[in-house]
Amino acid sequence: MESSKTDAIISIIRQEFDSEIVHIEQPYQLLTITFKPERIIDIIQFLYSHSELQFQFLTTLCGIHYPDQNQIAVMYQLHNLKTNQRIRLKIFLSADQPQVPTLTGIFSAANWMERETYDFFGVTFTGHPNLKRILNVEDMIFFPLRKEFPLEDQTREDKNDALFGR
Amino acid sequence: MRAEDSISPIVPPEEKQYSYLNLGPTHPATHGIFQNVLKMDGEVIVEAESTIGYIHRAFEKLAERRPFYQITPITDRMNYCSAPINNIGWHMTVEKLLGVEIPKRVQYMRVIIMELARITDHLICNAVIGVDTGALTGFVYMFQQREHVYEIYEEICGARLTTNLGRIGGFERDFSPKAWAKIEKFLKEFPEVLKEFEKLLVRNRIFMDRTIGVGGITAERALNYGFTGPNLRAAGVDYDVRVMNPYSSYEDFNFTVPVGTQGDTYDRFMVRQAEMWQSLSIIRQAIDKMPAGPFHADVPDFYLPPKEEVYNNMESLIYHFKIVMGETDVPKGEVYHSVEGGNGELGFYLISDGGRAPFRLHFRRPCFIYYQAYTEMVKGSMLSDAILTMSSMNVIAGELDA
Repeated sequence: MESSKTDAIISIIRQEFDSEIVHIEQPYQLLTITFKPERIIDIIQFLYSHSELQFQFLTTLCGIHYPDQNQIAVMYQLHNLKTNQRIRLKIFLSADQPQVPTLTGIFSAANWMERETYDFFGVTFTGHPNLKRILNVEDMIFFPLRKEFPLEDQTREDKNDALFGR
Repeated sequence: MRAEDSISPIVPPEEKQYSYLNLGPTHPATHGIFQNVLKMDGEVIVEAESTIGYIHRAFEKLAERRPFYQITPITDRMNYCSAPINNIGWHMTVEKLLGVEIPKRVQYMRVIIMELARITDHLICNAVIGVDTGALTGFVYMFQQREHVYEIYEEICGARLTTNLGRIGGFERDFSPKAWAKIEKFLKEFPEVLKEFEKLLVRNRIFMDRTIGVGGITAERALNYGFTGPNLRAAGVDYDVRVMNPYSSYEDFNFTVPVGTQGDTYDRFMVRQAEMWQSLSIIRQAIDKMPAGPFHADVPDFYLPPKEEVYNNMESLIYHFKIVMGETDVPKGEVYHSVEGGNGELGFYLISDGGRAPFRLHFRRPCFIYYQAYTEMVKGSMLSDAILTMSSMNVIAGELDA
């Protein structure tokens, strides 16, 4: 990816949403922009319909839990299939009551991805047509991919994780 | 024309009574554990709702406790019809994170394996489309060929279905002469069988009547639904990760990306069929151009040394210990890597915090993303066409539920 291309994209976004940008980085040549969560849908709509950007393919969407900051990030990855340009957008929400408007109005593909994110992280996507658990059983009372739910039984005493580099 | 148009309404719609049908979770015609609750008007589907998650195994959570090399067997169990693509895709993700340079020979060997896996994936799908239209003969012929590919896997890595093939950095050993011979034999025998299979179905009147115009989707809807792979290409969009973001030296090979026009079952069948021919050509090219060199990259911190070295060589023993006990440093970072899997863009989104296991690993599973369009695609079609739509989309339960 040439840097001039990403610079052009950044400047277009800056013109419109400068106050929303929190952080810009490019880990492994993939443009990653962190935004404030309030206007994320407007931003994605802008990226979708802008004549030069045209990020019209939603590659994936997922949640990430940061227990130290008590935050849950939602990551959107978009792709412009014409120019083969990818972009990753991130927002950080409070882990106590994570809430963000739904993306299903723009991408039908977001429907199950958001349900999955709700299922595993408890992020409420307001306005979602059918926000319920998708992979786990419906009467589950917690959100399993959050870090406070350890994978193994923590009451075991016969095993010292420190000896195994964990 | 949709089936509902051809049926003249006898009773006014408001007085109509509908029946509900549970298709699945375990029904022999669904080829896996899927549930669809169908609202039926006679034999026509009025509304549908999919329920998934019956074989959910929490791979993303499991991965957070496993060192990188132990995640490979997890990836096997996603799309188990083309497990080596998942394995190699994962290895390449880790290599991208580590910044490892992979020898040309390894890349070409990987291409051979991945294309063999693509052939098995597509041939199962197409053979099953045949079965669902009532033609069992082709299925039997094609499964014999899948068996031959599995014998090649067996020769290379010892396993057949869930292969756990290769290592981070390359392969555990070079292909044996026997493996090469088996690949050559397959390349010689398979085209004849594939041709015969095409003769059975491609211009078969019954098959065409059952598949043309069934379960179609437009390119716009397909893109909006996040379709990738053969299902998207059948709708006429030539997006192929191998071409757009070449990995593992795919840029060195000549091949075309077949596309359809209607996005219906017949086009999906034809696109997969054409892709198998392309895969055969890629394998041939890879064998002819196969460079000499090592069969793994020089990354002793991550590549498990061979056992005879471990027992006889101090350094190898140390490295073996460090890898198994998780004492090697991993760079912090955030990386996304995608490969063209059997069903489309298979992506790995990996966040490493420098620890032994990933901080977060998310799989972009093509099946999970495009299967949500299923309810829209079967609306207004007959029940038997819904079965056909599902099998032609090649929905693999393991990849759907992860």
